[in-house]
Amino acid sequence: MRPTSVQKQTRFTQPARSLWAAGLASLLLLGACGNKDEAASPSPQAQQTAADIAKIEKPDLKFGFIKLTDMAPLAIAYEKQYFEDEGLYVQLEAQANWKVLLDGVIGGQLDGAHMLAGQPLASTIGFGTQANIITPFSMDLNGNGITVSNAVWAAMKKNVPMKDGKPVHPISAAALKPVVDDYRSQGRPFKMGMVFPVSTHNYELRYWLAAGGLNPGYYAPDKGDTAGQIKADVLLSVTPPPQMPATLEAGTIYGYCVGEPWNQQAVIKGIGVPVITDYEIWKNNPEKVFGIREDFAEKYPNTTKAIVKALIRAAYWLDQNNNANREEAVKIISRPAYVGADQEVIANSMTGTFEYEKGDKREIPDFNVFFRYNATYPYYSDAIWYLSQMRRWGQISEARSDQWFIDTAKKVYRPDLYAAAAQDLIDEGQLQASDFPDFKTETGFKPATAEFIDGVEYDGREPNAYLQRFDIGLKGDESP
Amino acid sequence: MALRQISQRLLKQLGQRLQALPSDVAKSLPKLIAPLLGLCFFLLIWQVLAARVETSLGNFPGPTEVYEQASNLWAEHKAEMVRADAFYARQEARNEALLARNPNAEVRIRDYTGKPTFIDQIGTSLITVATGFLIGSAIAIPLGIVIGLSPTMYAAMNPVIQLLRPVSPLAWLPLVTIVVAATYQSADPLFAKSFLVSAICVLLCSLWPTLVNTAVGASSVSSDLVNVSRVLRLSKLTHIVKIVLPSSVPMIFAGLRLSLGVAWMVLIASEMLAQNPGLGKFVWDEFQNGSSQSLGRIMVAVVVIGLIGFLLDRGMLALQRAVSWDKTAILR
Repeated sequence: MRPTSVQKQTRFTQPARSLWAAGLASLLLLGACGNKDEAASPSPQAQQTAADIAKIEKPDLKFGFIKLTDMAPLAIAYEKQYFEDEGLYVQLEAQANWKVLLDGVIGGQLDGAHMLAGQPLASTIGFGTQANIITPFSMDLNGNGITVSNAVWAAMKKNVPMKDGKPVHPISAAALKPVVDDYRSQGRPFKMGMVFPVSTHNYELRYWLAAGGLNPGYYAPDKGDTAGQIKADVLLSVTPPPQMPATLEAGTIYGYCVGEPWNQQAVIKGIGVPVITDYEIWKNNPEKVFGIREDFAEKYPNTTKAIVKALIRAAYWLDQNNNANREEAVKIISRPAYVGADQEVIANSMTGTFEYEKGDKREIPDFNVFFRYNATYPYYSDAIWYLSQMRRWGQISEARSDQWFIDTAKKVYRPDLYAAAAQDLIDEGQLQASDFPDFKTETGFKPATAEFIDGVEYDGREPNAYLQRFDIGLKGDESP
Repeated sequence: MALRQISQRLLKQLGQRLQALPSDVAKSLPKLIAPLLGLCFFLLIWQVLAARVETSLGNFPGPTEVYEQASNLWAEHKAEMVRADAFYARQEARNEALLARNPNAEVRIRDYTGKPTFIDQIGTSLITVATGFLIGSAIAIPLGIVIGLSPTMYAAMNPVIQLLRPVSPLAWLPLVTIVVAATYQSADPLFAKSFLVSAICVLLCSLWPTLVNTAVGASSVSSDLVNVSRVLRLSKLTHIVKIVLPSSVPMIFAGLRLSLGVAWMVLIASEMLAQNPGLGKFVWDEFQNGSSQSLGRIMVAVVVIGLIGFLLDRGMLALQRAVSWDKTAILR
């Protein structure tokens, strides 16, 4: 049977060739069609899961993403037909910015999306737009960097210890402090960019600056201040990720914190120098999450499970055999419909290296982690770290009990949904139980760790005690 | 009736033109030299200057890179069609497997879920602009006649029209987005919200020239004709259909042509912001991609946008000529 009759159907989201051909193509004289004989055979899973497919409540889905390398699990789940194996027909659509993406999920234009870890948390507690968004799947670890302009780097480099003619990493923001003081004494505020007020990047940049003695400023939403620049030494503002290099080049900002490929882009274009990766700020920090509405998960439980299954398989593929598939992944996500940047730029970080100054390329095999170290499991302690930073910088304007942090995390992060999907994959024999945490004993709290650039110990069970350990930042019932 | 006459006249003219084509070409050859020279000169300047503009994404694309990217986009379109066929084949196989297990299972074939290609995006843009423009015209022409016939209505509406006419689509967009999000809710929507938002922005920006021109046309019907109508005691409706409409047709079409130009211009901006998967989104996505090919691909879009705008305008001009009773008027 040939599918030509089906292709004639029309939807406005994906307009058919026929409708406009009938009415308007006469203007254009384009529109011959391609060769229709080639066809791929379905993978063996098609038969295995055929029975389950019938139970999918909502097979037609649309997911949003931002053009960043960590959207890779979505692209891989689509291209490797993991979604189709689960009976899901998914459309992936690039979104203009994080705000548009979040509104899309809240408004229902999108069924789910690649999100900043802070977005589901902030929506649930009502910082920004209020909506109940949950996370059944964490998308990756690490993957961000902080880049400064060439001029700032030249001034900063004098304060950086050197070894064998190369700067010693990690570089502390203490090296940046004299530069900032210098700018400020000339009456020029020191401006840096991050991607969204509740983004990982905002908290990482703030963490790095504060660890070096620079105050990144406070928010005070109860007083109507959502700029986050109260008492700031460095003024942070929002710039969409793909515009970071252009904004840096234009001199509007002197540095930024962003995900890949936008740090490597600055090196390749010769407009800036990445000074630190988030891996060095907090080893194996959680990054993006996959966010869906709470009512979506309640209304479509089988669909939700199927989505998580496909995403787990995609993440597994990305890290399989010690990153053996990364080259292929780079080829896929460099297509214009996905991330779209040049292959060499994406390959720089996706294949385990990171270039700081031009020519200073170093091995960071864990720069982008998609599956190892239980990267995809939604840990409560990760959610609580983000909440603790929201409190530290005043986005949560009043003191909250440790129990409140834990309850909020449990409302948003849903390891139960993850475990159900993983169990299915284990039962089907796709993955081993050893690929996952032991679901019977897993508490959702990672052991306490001090693997931060400033060595401050973090235990997810005691967020308030954690906040007390910082010199810069709100603690107890302080307000800015 | 009038419509049939118009279409017959159009067809006849087209037939005459086609017959006269060979001799026409020979006759107009000298006339073609100047435009062709102009075009060649433009391409030359473009190629030379483009090479001198260095950006962070490489040199500014010249005509050769644009040609290269245009063929790339065409190749991508063809590759996507092949992928679409594979997608449908997989669905067939899956459905068969499903039916083999459970003969009563409900199966259906879904539309291809892949990325819209450049060609699809041109299609979306044309559909979106047509929707906004046609609905806009359907509002503007009757309203224009009402305003044109009644000086009181004209006085009442004029300030509002003058106030809204210069508003940019970028100002409408946030309002339209929020209103559509609040009012258009359905489980299985027929139109995507982004499509509606873009089409409504096009409508809001493009209906004014038609409205104003129709009003002027309707108010300046020759007094002789108005007197004839009075003498014959034509009813209000007959008066409009037999007297007002025919005599304001040239003005209406002049307005429609202006409106279509505005609509096409506004569309790209609206699509960019509403994320409607047309040419506007293509340009925005390529800008975000920031690859070494991005500028070339954006230039392809610029050329295509210009070309389609030109063709739409020519189409309206031909229509305007066909329906204009004053064949001596110079239209360009």
